[in-house]
Order: sequence, then structure tokens, then C-alpha cells
Amino acid sequence: MNDTNGVGPAADSARGFPLPSSLRTLAGTESAQAAYPYYMQFGPDDDERFWFYNSMHFPEPMCAFDMVTAEAAYCALGAANTRVHCLPTTLGIDYRIINGRVYIGGNAVTDPAEIARRTVEFQKRAFYYYENWERLYAQWRDKMMRLIGDAQSLAKPTLPEFEPLANVHAGRGIASNHDLIDIYNKTLEGYFRMWHHHFEFLLLGYGAYLTFFAFCKKAFPEISDQTVSRMVAGIDAEIFRPDDELRRLARCAVEMGVDAHFQEERTPEAIMSSLSAAGKQGELWLKELQVSRDPWFNINVGDGFYHYHRSWNDDLTMPFAGIPGYIARVKAGETLTRPVERLRAEREQLVADYRELLGSDEERAAYDQMISLALRVFPYVEGHKFYCEHWYTNLFFNKIREFGALLAANEFFGHESDAFQLTHYELQSAIIDLMTSWSTGSPPRGPARWPKIIAERRAALAEWAKHETPPALGPVPDIIDDPAIVMLWGITRESLNAWLNSGTGQDSNEIRGFAASNGVVEGPACVIKSVEEIGRLRQGDILVCQITNPTWAPIFQKIAAAVSDIGGSMSHAAIVAREFGLPAVVGTGNATSRIKNGQRLRVDGGRGVVTILD
Amino acid sequence: MLNRHVSWFADIGLQDRPRVGGKGGSLGELQRAGLPVPPGFVVATSAFEQSLDAIERAAPVRASVATLDAQDLPGIQALSGTLRNRVTEADLPPELIEEITAAHSTLCGDDPKQPVAVRSSATTEDASDASFAGLQDTYLWVRGADQMLQMIRSCWASLYSVESISYRRQRQFPEENVAMAVVVQRMVDARSAGVMFTRSPVTGDRSVITIEGSWGLGSAVVGGEVTPDRWVVGKITGEISTRDISDKAIAHLPRSVGGIETVAVDEDQRRTPCMSDAELQSLREIARKVERYYGRAQDIEWAVDRARGEIFLLQSRPETVWSTRDAAPVARAADNPSLHVMSIFGGRS
Repeated sequence: MNDTNGVGPAADSARGFPLPSSLRTLAGTESAQAAYPYYMQFGPDDDERFWFYNSMHFPEPMCAFDMVTAEAAYCALGAANTRVHCLPTTLGIDYRIINGRVYIGGNAVTDPAEIARRTVEFQKRAFYYYENWERLYAQWRDKMMRLIGDAQSLAKPTLPEFEPLANVHAGRGIASNHDLIDIYNKTLEGYFRMWHHHFEFLLLGYGAYLTFFAFCKKAFPEISDQTVSRMVAGIDAEIFRPDDELRRLARCAVEMGVDAHFQEERTPEAIMSSLSAAGKQGELWLKELQVSRDPWFNINVGDGFYHYHRSWNDDLTMPFAGIPGYIARVKAGETLTRPVERLRAEREQLVADYRELLGSDEERAAYDQMISLALRVFPYVEGHKFYCEHWYTNLFFNKIREFGALLAANEFFGHESDAFQLTHYELQSAIIDLMTSWSTGSPPRGPARWPKIIAERRAALAEWAKHETPPALGPVPDIIDDPAIVMLWGITRESLNAWLNSGTGQDSNEIRGFAASNGVVEGPACVIKSVEEIGRLRQGDILVCQITNPTWAPIFQKIAAAVSDIGGSMSHAAIVAREFGLPAVVGTGNATSRIKNGQRLRVDGGRGVVTILD
Repeated sequence: MLNRHVSWFADIGLQDRPRVGGKGGSLGELQRAGLPVPPGFVVATSAFEQSLDAIERAAPVRASVATLDAQDLPGIQALSGTLRNRVTEADLPPELIEEITAAHSTLCGDDPKQPVAVRSSATTEDASDASFAGLQDTYLWVRGADQMLQMIRSCWASLYSVESISYRRQRQFPEENVAMAVVVQRMVDARSAGVMFTRSPVTGDRSVITIEGSWGLGSAVVGGEVTPDRWVVGKITGEISTRDISDKAIAHLPRSVGGIETVAVDEDQRRTPCMSDAELQSLREIARKVERYYGRAQDIEWAVDRARGEIFLLQSRPETVWSTRDAAPVARAADNPSLHVMSIFGGRS
């Protein structure tokens, strides 16, 4: 919290956090702020409530279009909590945006009579899910694959000069400009629908997992979070697959004798063209690449909340960066296959060993019930992200990018990515403008309107990114017992106190976070603030980044340890770090701003402490 | 010669406690369980009884203690002085000397001056009445048979210390039941030593092992003369979740003439961890074996041999604080397993 000047007053630990009304839109960015829909703007009543900055999902200022993710997600999350499962003590989550930052607030139910009424409903609904989990989850996967299929089948939006003769002769009766609004609405509708699928199981899944987690913490007060995670973590979860595919491709390259084409400094394009020039073996490998790409390269380098977190399929730099290292290991005699059977046996042993330590057979009976429920729900908790935040979200943003390209070709703005500077309402209006222009034969109005607005908004995003924003706003609650907030964001009264005190202790050379993966290691820091900088990583560096992401798995073979600003000890990043046997400290809050590139660090992953040695 | 008063560790177990005392029985039990215990033997209570018979013939011992008033401190002090002298200076029956000396010679092998520890092993010690533990003596780095025999008598004499007599009188323990065995054991020249608990002394957690250790012999740690390094190690995972490395100012080391001395630790060693991670993992394995063997949480004394880095167990006794405190189960099975999630979704209860 070194730089809140211009944004608002810094937190005052005696009084709590600044009020929403005391936050100002940064000078010169007012019109960019006004672009967000009215229902996302802070209002006077909001001073009464507690809000926190959702830096976990939205660590950077959100451009106008990408806010659709917050909109669709909170619409679906709230529906599940409030109306579908009827969580007894909480309704949905409200959200507001200022300076591009998303603040969210829980909506607790406190009236005991209302809690009792909702408890009855909850048990009729949630328990049915728990009891029929496998069937409903199989049904979920079918639904999700259909939704993905629908999105894939949407045509690329185009406007021919004349309606194709075939359409005319077929008597289609609908002209091509109508297809634009049809495709756009279906794209948007599919995205909102996807988020409903996303939350169909999520809270119930986390809740069952946390039930077991809380039991373990009571029975074994000193057990680490990561140990509990290891007891339930999936062995062959979807999230491991992309990296497994890279290992497979490395093995293929060696077996087919084409491994010499992979050199670290070559671009993916150069490697692929030299492979296609290399005859039959090269072609064979490229075929294997296609097998891996569909679907496993539909994974993006972020968490799926920003349009610019492109997928491996869109930008092969990330996956190709990992292949040479794996090839070297294959040639050194490693098989690079995950020892699935051994990992499964280890997990079962872990569960059995802790069971044995319990104090009584009564406790063991409860443990058995809770772990079997946790194991039942966990495949969804781990697996949904691949389908929702990665695969579907990539399709969605890429379809919007196609609209951007069409509008750019019609001179609405300079580049396809400019489309993301418009809200989804504005983008629809620009599309209708283009449809109208195509139909009337007059020039569209958009080219005169959008370029200036887009330039303003890009400047505003750059300005917002320069300033930190308070971690929370409004009066501090005595206790946070909203299960959704605790589960999804890990926010407790203790973490609020830590935020309130975050002005102190900054002189120390120690940075604390969650102990995510065991081990102590020293090495030079490589601070990576965006995916484009990944090329700077050298063997043995300690990766310091804002959010570690499982799609970064290929670079974990290079690094000595990982440190992140955001993430919990059951984040997939922590799982990958453990998989690679690397020390990791996650959720430090501010490691990327406190650590300078090249500084020597000691990372103690068992204690969750990073020490700056220089 | 038939062993009447001497028993080797391999031949005894906990069930022999009335004869070999708590410490002796426990060491035998550990050795039987295949755990690394320094070799040794126990001079059984019968040896004490036989020697005491000889002393009693000159003047009564037990009867004189039994008549003392627990509040009569001057009386206890006067009698204690007399009795301790008599026990310490009494001549031992020759066949007893022969038997113990022969065992000592076997224990020492080629080096008759091989250092040994002579430790009292009371029949009441280490029992549920834990506070009685520690009232008896331990003599470290004892060299040669003569010194050993002297220390055995000193151990016996400690039964007649002011503290021991007062303790027994306050509790009205009958004197005829009071007896003591003595453990004679090869000394470990400890590079590092300490204690470990197979349940967290702080939280009672059964899934962690708390290890405390310092440089030199464990007596500095057990006696509270140094703040030990402290680690918390996951019993199952081996994760080292806490590493408190303290400033270890002093160490107990053997003197060349026998016995031990307190020395200052070299400046560069004071803040150096006294155990490596690999050694901590070995301790963890040992702790798990001991706990499994006894089927309950244990407090364990250990030492690392200076020359070879081997780890030895010096003592193990049942944990008494948390075991007696265990409350209701953390949770019970529910008729419908889904009901457990209400602890998360049901709000404050």
C-alpha cells in the first residue's frame, strides 16, 4: 500500500478501510470509468457495506469488454447460492468497479428464522446433489461438451458484398447482416450459460472439501494445508493433461528422430516449418501435435478472465518453450510418464496413515464419511476449470476477436483487439451500426466515434495499472462466516487484520505467504509480470510472479522455486510445484513489487517464507 | 556362573519392572523391538535387597525411615545423611561384586575404561506417578569397574536423599516395597542429543513429532541448562514445519578423567542447527517405530554418536499430559454423511 495517492486515503487500522465514497476516479479517466454499466458503479448506499478487492480473479484493471466475465460469473454464482441450492447463510455476491478494479461484497443471511427456512430448502437440494454426484457430474460433462460444440459451430462473422446466390435461390429469407447479431447474441448467451454450468457444482464441491479440511485441522491442529490437499487431489486430473501432452510430444520427437529441430532460440513457426520440410518423420510429429492440440492446448496462460491471456493454441510459444527441456530429459533416459499408480498408492497410504492416528473409532467413522464425500466431489473441483475457464473462455474471446477483425476491416478502429475496449452493449451497438450500414449502403457511423474513445480507455487502463488500490473498503465485519467468501477467496478476519497492518513491517527482508510446497532453496529472482517475459527465465532462477498458473507447468522444469502474489495452498500452481518437487510460497500479496529482478532469495516452502538476501 | 542379580537388556521387558525398574524394563523392551539402544545390563532390585540386608544387620534402615514424620525436616535431614553414608560406604557381598564386574567386563570389551552411564531405575519411577521420576540419580561417563560399583551404591543411596524420603513419607509409601535397580549402559559420546515427543506438547497433535536437541550430551537439554533447537516434523509426511534454531551457549561434554563438564560452545557453532534434515528424518522413523510398538504416544530421549553419526535411543516413556486430557471426538459419524457439510454451510452454531 505504498501508492494510494490519487486513488483514496490509505487504510487506517484504527477505523477500518476507506469508504467507497472516498475513492476517486483517477483524474482524466472519468469517461472510461463511466463506460462501465450503471449497476457496477459505487453508489451512496454502498458505504454501509464491506467490500474487498477481488485481486485473486482480477489482478489487473479490467477493460470494458472483459467485465462481462464478472457480470456473467456473479449472475450465475448468485443464482446458485440464492435460488438454486439456497445456501442457508448467504445470498449472492455484489460487485462494483472503480478505476478498473473489481470490488465484491457478500450478502449474508443473519435472521435465524430465515436461515432455518433456507436450511430446509438447502438440504433438499444440496444433499440430492451429494447423493447423486456421479450421475449429475457425468450429465454435466455432456452438457459442457454440447455447449463447447455449439460455440465451435458458430460461423465466422462476415459480410459479403452481395448475398450469396445459393441463399437467395434456397429462399433463405434472412440476409447475412442478420447473422451477425445472431452469432453475437449466441456467443454472449453461451458465455452466460457456461458460467451457470460452472457454478452448478462448485460451492457444493468446495463445501464438501472444506468440511473434510476443517475436520483435519481440528483433529490434527498442526497439519499443513498442503497435506490435506494431497489426500484428496486427483491423480489424473484434466489440469495435468496439457503438460503430460508436452512430455508425450518430447518422447515422440526423440522416437521419431526429429528432436534436433527443437532448439531453445527458435520460434514455434521456425520449428514447425523445418519439421514439415523434414519429410515423413517431421510430418508424423506434426500430426501428433495436432492430436495434443485438440483439446489439450485449449488452456490459457492466465486464469481465463482476461481476453489477452491467450491459449497455447493461439500462441505456441509457451508449450514449445517446454519441449526442449523435456527432450533433454528423455535423452537422459527418463520416461517422463507420471507414475499414476504409485501416486495413487501414495495418496491412499497418506489417507490410511492419518486415519490410524485418530483418537478413536468414532472419529475414524466420521473421517471415513468426510473423506469419501471429499473424494467424490474433488474431480469436479479440479476438473471444471479446464472446460470452463480455459476451453470455453478461449472460444468465447476468439469469437469476439473475429467480430473485432470484421469491425477493424470496416474501419471502426485500428485493430481487432480494440473491440475489447467496448462493453458488450457497446460492441453490440457497433455491430448493429455495421449491419445497418451494410443494409442501407451508407457508411457506418462507428469509425467517427470509436477510435477516440478507445484511445481514452487504453490510456485510462495504463493509468489505473500504475496505482495500487486498497485491498478492502468500508466497515470491517466482526467475523466473516460467509462460506462463499471464505471458500473462494480465503478471506477471514485474520487476513483482514493482516491487510490493515500491511503498512508496517515493509522494511523487513522477509515476505510471508502460504506454504505451498516443501523445501528450502536459494537463487536469483526472476520477476515476471506478464507472460511475454517468460523468455527471460534461466535455469535455476526463482520465479516471482503475480499468479502462478498450471499452464506454466513447462517452465517449472527450469526454475528452482516459485513465489506468487496470489493463490492459496490448494491452488493448482501449488499442486504443480509439489509435483515437480519445487519449494513454493504463494499468496504473498506483494512479492512482485517488493522483490527486484536478480536479487538473491531464499525460499522456504515449508514455512511459507521468502527472504531477500541482498 | 549363574546370573542371579544381573540381566542383559535383551533378556528383559516391561513385565520385569518389579525386578529391573522402569528404566531398565523400558530399555529392554526397546532393544527387543529392534530399536537402537546402547548395550547394557541391569543390576536388579535383588542386588539392592541383598546389600541392604547386610547393612540392616548392623543397624535398622527401613524401620528407622518408617517411623519418621513427613513434617519433621530436621529429622529427615539427619537420618538421610547417616543412611546415605552407610549405603555408599557399605561393603558389597563378594559374589555380587564378582557378578557385576564380570558383566561390566563383557560390556566394555577390549577397553576396561570404556565409559558407561550408571542410571537408577526405580520400581516406581516412570510409572503413572510421573513426578517421582527424576528424583534418582544418573552418573555419566563412568570409567572402570571400581567407579561403576561406587556409582551403583550412590544410586541406591539416592533412595535415602532428603527429597526421596520426604516424598515417600508424605504419601505414606511402605518402606519394605522400596527398592531400586540400576542400569549400566555403554555411554554414547554424543555430538548432539535431546528429546522428542510423538505428540505435540503444544497442541496435542498426533500427526507431528516435536524434536528438541542441542550440542553434546542430552543432560544439558533434560536439565534445562540450554535452550535447545526445536523442530516440528510431520509424523507421516516428514515435512519440517517449524525450525527454531536457538543460541546454544553451553554443552555437556565428557571429561577425560571421567564424569562430565559444562563447556562454552564455539561461537560459530552456537547458532548452527545441531541436527541435519536427514538426521531429523531418521529420528522421525525411530519415533514412529517406538510409538507403534507401544501403541501410544511417547516421550523419547535420543543421542547422535559423535564418531559415526549413529542415532541411539536412551529412554522412552509414555506421554502423560495429553493422553489424560483427551476429550470428546472431533466428530462422529452422521446418519446421512451429507449432514457433515452443515458445519460449513450452516453458519455459526
